[in-house]
Amino acid sequence: MKLLTHNMLTSHVKGVTKGYPLLIKATEVKVSEVEFNPQFVSRMIPKLEWSALVQAAEEVGHLNDLPTELLPDYENNEEFLRKVHRVLLEVEVLEGSLRCPESGREFPISRGIPNMLLNEDEA
Amino acid sequence: MIEIQSQMSERALELLSLPEGHPCFLLDVGCGSGLSGDHLTEEGHCWVGIDISTAMLVISPVPDVALDREVEGDLVLGDMGQGMPFRPGTFDGCISISALQWLCNADKKTHSPPKRLYTFFSTLYSSLTRGARAVFQIYPENSEQLELITAQAMKAGFTGGMVVDYPNSTKAKKSRFKNMKGKSVKKTRDWILEKKERRRRQGREVRADTKYTGRQRKPRF
Repeated sequence: MKLLTHNMLTSHVKGVTKGYPLLIKATEVKVSEVEFNPQFVSRMIPKLEWSALVQAAEEVGHLNDLPTELLPDYENNEEFLRKVHRVLLEVEVLEGSLRCPESGREFPISRGIPNMLLNEDEA
Repeated sequence: MIEIQSQMSERALELLSLPEGHPCFLLDVGCGSGLSGDHLTEEGHCWVGIDISTAMLVISPVPDVALDREVEGDLVLGDMGQGMPFRPGTFDGCISISALQWLCNADKKTHSPPKRLYTFFSTLYSSLTRGARAVFQIYPENSEQLELITAQAMKAGFTGGMVVDYPNSTKAKKSRFKNMKGKSVKKTRDWILEKKERRRRQGREVRADTKYTGRQRKPRF
């Protein structure tokens, strides 16, 4: 599970109003190399919940020097875009779980795939 | 079989009408082994795939199909009838190849196909950005099934229609593409306010913005 996907995932359990952001508990994390596309990163930034991204990066131990606040005029700041690219697309959680901040319900992550299947009473 | 799937993905992507040269963030519903997703990757897009089948994605001792194939998209294990677990306005587009018909069968006594279809379409609608499209490839069993699907999609806010490829083919390959556009941008109140702003900037005379702006008028207008 990439952190870009994590930034979009919420708990869709019936009755939960604040199922975002899901708290990451990672037991295995992988960093791979992904082709850098500044245009894509630039376009995705406005869609992101920045604080959730920073929190997630910290939870998986890859915060490094990612700024806690979005820099203005980031479209032209290649160094910044590269940092964002790394956190969004190159860091992957392979094993662990996602916890709903409201209910505490856990969604396990196995082999990089989060299990978002709900039980009968949750749907 | 693989070739057909590949062709269908190509066609679906074509129908999405994404702007040229822009890498987009897409959703593949019922992505299975990642075959359709590969196409998205080839075109330079970033995608998330969701599927209910562990055997396809695999998180069990059974041989991994998607993982073995080193699929680029990020995979999520989920049931489309339970709703899309994504924030509003996440995706620039959605494709789904041969997956929608599964929602039409009630696998369990507690499942109501119309409810599951509606849950799927309404959460999908919300997870798409304004103006984004969703393209579904399906083989409907009969016209009732098609009507059921269309009705729930419309109820969820989708507009659009159907494209039937090879309507005259008598061979089994009757592939129907449903092309549904989400969120019509024109004529919403926001759009009207923006247009008025634009015209003010151009120096034109524009009526003041009031609570009546963009309000639905009576038919006689």
